[in-house]
Amino acid sequence: MSLLQTADAVAALPEILLALLTMALLMFGVFSRRDAYGAVSAGAVIALVLVGLLVLLGDGTQTAFGGSFIVDPFARLMKLLAMAGSAIAIILSGRFLAQNGMARFEYPVIILLATLGMMMMISANDLISLYMGLELQSLALYVVAAINRDDAKSSEAGLKYFVLGALSSGMLLYGSSLIYGFTGSTQFPVIASVLSASGSSLGVIFGLVFILAGLCFKVSAVPFHMWTPDVYEGAPTPVTAFFAAAPKIAAMALFVRVAMGPFAEIVKDWQQILVFVSIASMVLGAFAAIGQSNIKRLLAYSSISHMGYALLGLASGSEEGVRGVIIYMMIYLVTTVGVFACVLAMRRGGRQVEAISDLAGLSRTNKGMAFVFSMLMFSLAGIPPLAGFFGKLFVFLAAVKAGLWLLAIVGVIASVIGAYYYLRIVKAIYFDEPAEAFDAMDGEVKTIAYASGAFALAFVLIAQPLLALAATAAQSLF
Amino acid sequence: MDWPLLSAVTFLPLVGALAILLARGDDEGAARYARWAALWTTLVVFLLSLLIPLNFNLAEPGFQLVENRAWMGGLATYRMGVDGISMPLVMLTTFLMPICILASWRVEKRVREYMIAFLVLETLMIGVFCALDLVLFYVLFEAGLIPMFLIIGIWGGPRRVYASFKFFLYTLLGSVLMLLAIIAMYWHAGTTDIVALLKPGVFPASMQTWLWLAFFASFAVKMPMWPVHTWLPDAHVEAPTAGSVILAAILLKMGGYGFLRFSVPMFPDASLYFQDFVYVLSVVAIIYTSLVALMQEDMKKLIAYSSVAHMGFVTMGIFSLTRQGIDGAVFQMISHGLISGALFLCVGVVYDRMHTREIAAYGGLVNRMPLFAAVFMLLTMGNVGLPGTSGFVGEFLTLLGTFQNNTWVAFFATTGVILSAAYALWLYRRVTYGALEKPELKWMPDMTPRELVCLAPLVVFTILFGVYPAPVLDTVSASVENLLKSVQVAQASLDAVTLSMK
Repeated sequence: MSLLQTADAVAALPEILLALLTMALLMFGVFSRRDAYGAVSAGAVIALVLVGLLVLLGDGTQTAFGGSFIVDPFARLMKLLAMAGSAIAIILSGRFLAQNGMARFEYPVIILLATLGMMMMISANDLISLYMGLELQSLALYVVAAINRDDAKSSEAGLKYFVLGALSSGMLLYGSSLIYGFTGSTQFPVIASVLSASGSSLGVIFGLVFILAGLCFKVSAVPFHMWTPDVYEGAPTPVTAFFAAAPKIAAMALFVRVAMGPFAEIVKDWQQILVFVSIASMVLGAFAAIGQSNIKRLLAYSSISHMGYALLGLASGSEEGVRGVIIYMMIYLVTTVGVFACVLAMRRGGRQVEAISDLAGLSRTNKGMAFVFSMLMFSLAGIPPLAGFFGKLFVFLAAVKAGLWLLAIVGVIASVIGAYYYLRIVKAIYFDEPAEAFDAMDGEVKTIAYASGAFALAFVLIAQPLLALAATAAQSLF
Repeated sequence: MDWPLLSAVTFLPLVGALAILLARGDDEGAARYARWAALWTTLVVFLLSLLIPLNFNLAEPGFQLVENRAWMGGLATYRMGVDGISMPLVMLTTFLMPICILASWRVEKRVREYMIAFLVLETLMIGVFCALDLVLFYVLFEAGLIPMFLIIGIWGGPRRVYASFKFFLYTLLGSVLMLLAIIAMYWHAGTTDIVALLKPGVFPASMQTWLWLAFFASFAVKMPMWPVHTWLPDAHVEAPTAGSVILAAILLKMGGYGFLRFSVPMFPDASLYFQDFVYVLSVVAIIYTSLVALMQEDMKKLIAYSSVAHMGFVTMGIFSLTRQGIDGAVFQMISHGLISGALFLCVGVVYDRMHTREIAAYGGLVNRMPLFAAVFMLLTMGNVGLPGTSGFVGEFLTLLGTFQNNTWVAFFATTGVILSAAYALWLYRRVTYGALEKPELKWMPDMTPRELVCLAPLVVFTILFGVYPAPVLDTVSASVENLLKSVQVAQASLDAVTLSMK
């Protein structure tokens, strides 16, 4: 029996192709005589598009490698989202890194490796493949965080992320070993059937808590959020844009799969943990962001609270909940890359500025960007008719159906508190007297920002097919 | 009607906004273009909206001109329609918008954005009154916060930032609880279709209590009712003239409309249960805010507090749950829309000349501005509720309705009429009468033709509805009758329970 069977290869074809293309690009970069940054970046985007098309071609549910790898509509949708996030991050980085002396061809290659890790995470159906994917992604992210190695802040961000990330990986691994010890398997379906037959034991709950802690770290949910503001602020802006988008999608997808796969039978045991984590994230995110003056730190806290809302959907432990999480992450991805494109455009005389007060009077100096930025802020705040509202609507739908009233009420109140700091940005943009104008926006940054703004505004019109997509994806987990 | 009239009326302003958005050119030319484009858009919308009453069957109690379209998967549909309660409010909106645009003719700062914000707001306001789906209603209801936030914050007075934040966060906090109630209703009834939810007996009484409270949180803030009215004076004082007009005339009516559309017919048991609670809040609002209005030194603030008092009559009338009370409440909403809108326009007239709203800065204006004094007097009388003006009909009917089931509430509310005469007449005396002593006032020109064109239709309708209220009352009667049926069912079951306890 050959090690790699045809069925395995077909199911994992996108991952295999991405791995090969990444290697090829790495080789090209190493042996190219001239500066290969531009060519490798373009190649990386093309690779992601190709692999994305391949993912689109898939159909139905397949498992591979002895059941440790699963491809279903949920995995496909989340992979597409994660790849889109990575591709956009590479495009956003292009000119920025070149202008700031960080243009190394390794950068797109590392992002591709991280993406590969994410795809593994999303398709993981076994504790071992879960850990493999997670580590591939994390190691790549540690490097990217410190990509600006001459900058103390960036190095600090990388180091902090690494130390805390290693700790969380350790916890996850420890939890996995406990689960293995108490259920006798690492495979999700087997764990599920053991738990449904014999119920949970103290050891399983211990393992579960450790695994959830590790996952909470990856999605930056309270109380494992401490790294987020520092890494967001320290890393170069396009890297932050990457961190805020794709890895969050992958980690949330993994979270959903772990909760709904092996531990679906013990919903009551993890639900209380998620309720706490969700409430803590929403509330802390809302309050801590109020005092921030740096826009990247503010967005870090904002992303913490957004993860709280996504977990609110998951905490309901139902198909509606998963659908809510998928819609939420979809909308979160698109608005976040738009917001970071706007933050990237905050440049004066070629230098990046990051204070909220720098946005003062943007509505006079750059009408288009001002409008897009404020609409995205209203969307993040969850004000209808913008996209962000519908994300919140669908997670609240699930929470109310599951009877999690306390969670839902805390959630809506936190969203009002959160609205305050988003409004502060709108206030700076529209109400304050104009400061000096920003440099003209680069073409690709402008396109991404405007496209994201258009999505936030038009979601109310185009919701129908997207909702259907999310519903199909959610169905495949049940 | 084989084409979607309501959608056309609702979304036509957006087309105008888009036209202004896409226009290029130098600033002065663009500003002129924006003004005229906005004026023409709102006029066309008004003319188009005249087709609504023309195609409206007064005898039919249900919804008319209904439109249906798929929208949010299984969750919500795009459903529009009007009945006798919402139709007058739609007409009020389309009628007031051209006046607001005309009143803003002198705005010089960022004219294009200003006009776009008003046109977007018009779409949302008309949409709120036409929406027949809970989610659609919520989306439009909340979306209105964005343009209003910008209008107060960009074109407002010195404390505009504070006022705009307070307005936004206050109303948002009220509304999010309503969102949870809407979700709970969806899971209970399996639909967000308002027509289906209006059928009696959809929600059990125990659930109604909670749903009623959640909706109340939203509408009471919007209305605004005492004690959650404190955002209103700030927002009114800081908003530009047309913003105050819209706020007083239409946005506040969304609260009353919400009570009539949701709270009373969908949760009749809870409405009966909370009747006394609303009575108390309304009476406090009427008396307390009238007293507060007496002490104001800022004209806009005085009118803002008087709005809270007048809205107290509306809530009292609605929750009297009698025919006269509800008829009167709808009438009072229309009448207050005309009168308070016109009063804010009057303040705008003198503010444009003197750039202060301090009452003490004026005095003796009648000597220089006889036309203004006459118009202002008519409107003051309307605000007081003098017979012959529309203000009287509304207040009288609500008091009549309340008197039927609670004499004391009606008694205390009536003292509010006296207090309103006190503060309104005192305001009028301080601004217009007396000797013209202040030197800056000596050169005040009288109203311009533009200002007169703005105010004249409002004054005409104030008097017209005062002597002949039938157009409004005939429109609402069939729908109110229908509304009261659900209340009667709840009342009957309550009576049966009380009887069995005896």
